Amino acid sequence: MTEMPHINSGGCVDQPILRERGQHEVFCGLTSIIWLHRKMQDAFFLVVGSRTCAHLLQSAAGVMIFAEPRFATAILEETDLAGLADAQDELDREVARLLARRPDIRQLFLVGSCPSEVIKLDLARAAERLTEAHAPHVRVLSWSGSGIETTFTEGEDACLAAMVPGLPRGDSSNLLVVGALPDVVEDQARRLLADLGIAQVDWLPARRSDAAPQVGPNTRFILSQPFLGDTYAALERRGARPIAAPMPFGEEGTTAWLASIAQEFDIGPEHFARVTEAPRERARAAVARATETLAGKRIFFFPDSQLEIPLARFLARECAMEPVEVGSPFIHRQITAPDLALVPEGTPLSEGQDVDLQLDRLRAAAPDLTVCGLGLANPLEAEGLTTKWAIELVFTPVHFYEQAGDLAELFARPLRRKAALHLSPNTPGSARGWPLAGQPS
Amino acid sequence: MKLSVWTYEGPPHVGAIRVATGMRGVHLVLHAPQGDTYADLLFTMIERRNHRPPVTYTTFQARDLGADTADLFRRSCTDAVERFQPQALMVGASCTAELIQDDPAGMAETMGFDIPVIPLELPSYQRKENFGADEAFYQITRALARPMERSDAPSCNILGPTGLGFRHRDDVAEIAALLADMGVEVNVTAPMGASPEEIAELGRAHFNVLLYPETAESAARWCEKELGQPWTRTVPIGVGATRDFISEVQALLPGAKVPSEARLRLPWYSASVDSTYLTGKRVFLFGDATHVMAMARVARDEIGFEVAGLGCYNREFARPVRALAKEYGIEALITDDYLEVEARIRDLAPELILGTQMERHIGKRLGIPCAVISAPVHVQDFPARYSPVMGFEGANVLFDTLVHPLVMGLEEHLLTMFRDDFEFHDAAGPSHHGGQAVARVETGEGPAPRAPRGISGKMKEDEVLWLDAAEAELKKIPFFVRGKARRNTESFAMERGLGEISVDTLYEAKAYYAR
Ligand code: SF4
Ligand code: SF4
Repeated sequence: MTEMPHINSGGCVDQPILRERGQHEVFCGLTSIIWLHRKMQDAFFLVVGSRTCAHLLQSAAGVMIFAEPRFATAILEETDLAGLADAQDELDREVARLLARRPDIRQLFLVGSCPSEVIKLDLARAAERLTEAHAPHVRVLSWSGSGIETTFTEGEDACLAAMVPGLPRGDSSNLLVVGALPDVVEDQARRLLADLGIAQVDWLPARRSDAAPQVGPNTRFILSQPFLGDTYAALERRGARPIAAPMPFGEEGTTAWLASIAQEFDIGPEHFARVTEAPRERARAAVARATETLAGKRIFFFPDSQLEIPLARFLARECAMEPVEVGSPFIHRQITAPDLALVPEGTPLSEGQDVDLQLDRLRAAAPDLTVCGLGLANPLEAEGLTTKWAIELVFTPVHFYEQAGDLAELFARPLRRKAALHLSPNTPGSARGWPLAGQPS
Repeated sequence: MKLSVWTYEGPPHVGAIRVATGMRGVHLVLHAPQGDTYADLLFTMIERRNHRPPVTYTTFQARDLGADTADLFRRSCTDAVERFQPQALMVGASCTAELIQDDPAGMAETMGFDIPVIPLELPSYQRKENFGADEAFYQITRALARPMERSDAPSCNILGPTGLGFRHRDDVAEIAALLADMGVEVNVTAPMGASPEEIAELGRAHFNVLLYPETAESAARWCEKELGQPWTRTVPIGVGATRDFISEVQALLPGAKVPSEARLRLPWYSASVDSTYLTGKRVFLFGDATHVMAMARVARDEIGFEVAGLGCYNREFARPVRALAKEYGIEALITDDYLEVEARIRDLAPELILGTQMERHIGKRLGIPCAVISAPVHVQDFPARYSPVMGFEGANVLFDTLVHPLVMGLEEHLLTMFRDDFEFHDAAGPSHHGGQAVARVETGEGPAPRAPRGISGKMKEDEVLWLDAAEAELKKIPFFVRGKARRNTESFAMERGLGEISVDTLYEAKAYYAR
């Protein structure tokens, strides 16, 4: 086996983090529904919220909203606010109607929002009551994707954590991979793990509810996404043991991730090398092409998904980029330690956000590439900065060997485009651009 | 509780953001949870703005709940004023903040800023986006505008255009040019492009042009009462309405000149023989009330379509929309539930839909061509090219927009004549847009034998059997009316209790439904 990087110390593990509280320019956890509902094919996500929540889902889901999605919002109305008892009745009625219309649904998630949390609508109790009413055909669970409690991908964490207590108990020594990945990526990982010789691999979430994984004292689990802190804790409470690893981004990340599993399952280094050699080579070659564009470029991450640290690690080590600030909405020290250990020492890290202050730092740093949300990207482009919008990193297959080249390419493309265009955009405030509203006048 | 997947309008605070984003020199502080900042991307992406909307969100979190949120709100106001130095501050709450009862208005007013502070009431659980825009603009006007001497030269204000408005950018340019032709100066256009200083000057104009009743009628009414300014009732969409609008302006300002119609092409295009086939094409209209009402007139009186149905999603305008529908001899559909809209379209089986982004998708699903005439719209309907829908150039744009989704006249004719030629085959689809070209499948034989239906079992009640000859005859009818012919014939047969459809039944039904 090739030398494995040291993963529990060094790099940025013990580095102080700039913690900020101020305006956050982020999505709430409801947004996770957009990829979760694609993954869990017999689940329906019913948000109990306001028109704002429905509008958010519509804005974030884009054209997906027209494809008979398995999510909807039960919009609270004035009368629901007046009496909570009535709100519970209303919910029962809406759920019954929904389930009658969609008999293919086996799992129903009641998803809490800011309004439902603030009025203290008890969705956990509602879920119990509804599970009884619709047993055994449908199981009803609840979690909160509210903006007051969750940021973007934390919605997935809340959802998976809610599923953990109900997973069947088992004694087999299985490997549980945690995190919703696109099917094609999941299948690649399945093949690699099978080739390594791991007998039983399960996934959380499973594609269908009848394939729900078993958990028990012999279960070892590994995260495929960094934002799963509560799910991690819930699995530990069920007696499962975690495997620490960097996230499987890039050739190095994927290899280290697989190697941590191999170690845990006593798989010999030669066998490991045999299985991974060819895909490692492919990944390196694919990344190398994008690296021509990326090498030496300075990159700045706004907080968005918690993927920022592992991505910065990948871009720094495999694409020779220089991270000038890595912002994350939340940094789970234990889970990110293996990645942090590989981030170049001294990289400024920030957690939380005060967006205006962060923008000041950004302008001062003037990086070559800025990773940020869609609310910031065009305004920053208009200022002459080059941006990569972050949500795409969550929606696009980017994990494991075969996607390593695509992942690097996502960052290279905006830079190549900048170089390819030979027209400067209209200067802001010109007759044809938009007026600069909201700027100091 | 109301189950909803797709919403035509956002919550009211999004309406307030549309007003703030349209203006210059104002800043909106919105008491809202982290996550509500998603609204920014509507402006930066769909409308492609090159700056952040001038909105500060307090983005409170669960740990802030309690006394802390009020403090957070005050800090956000102070920071925003210091950083952005606006001429006026607007404050409001989103749906969640409405529940925690911090009273942003009261707090901001006591903070002693030396700029006007404009509190907004945005009842999130009763009202929606358009209300929010109308309310925000009304409150700004009320707070800042004062009576003043009229300008020497004849002038007016243009009221209503906002951020994220369907074609607002170019409508304003078109109408301002039209007014200039008439010798009328535009005093202030608001909210879009206006600063608080300019709002204060609204009173200088002789009258107001209300372009979008949805977003500015309250302000127009207030100006009428407090500033003594009359306002125009006609929304100048289409040739007839633009001419009526011109007459209205002339009645308000007797000296105003008649603008040139030199560049107006819709009337001739519509009169030319290539357009004859448009006669009586059945259209269904849905969108915001203003656009639907205006476009119905264009569709019927200027292009010669038959208006088969119409409706709007904004209940505030239910009454005029119902009245208009009655005039057209149809029943209006007032709903914000797209499933109801889809059901109505299915029932009416129109040949063209004029609607919003949602109707475009319904049309795709049902195989009916569609043109977009109203918000909500996606990025492609904030075009780079000049494309107003108002005034004379707007009429030209509308002719193209309404006609292009249909197969063109001569082409329709050829398709029928050479129906069996390899390029003009049935599967090619009803429109140039959306559908992909489908190659003709050569079978060499007649229709495949149909699987025998249950002989012993009872036929389902609402099922009629097409005899092979009738089915073959149906295939000879041009595909763009075939769906309707099939449905009509089936309901004709059902009403008469016929179990089977023969060639005769087909033609009897055709005669029965002939218009
Ligand atoms: S932040 Fe809260 S209120 Fe806003 S969309 Fe998310 S859950 Fe709904
Ligand atoms: S991505 Fe663009 S085109 Fe697609 S749904 Fe969103 S706004 Fe519309």
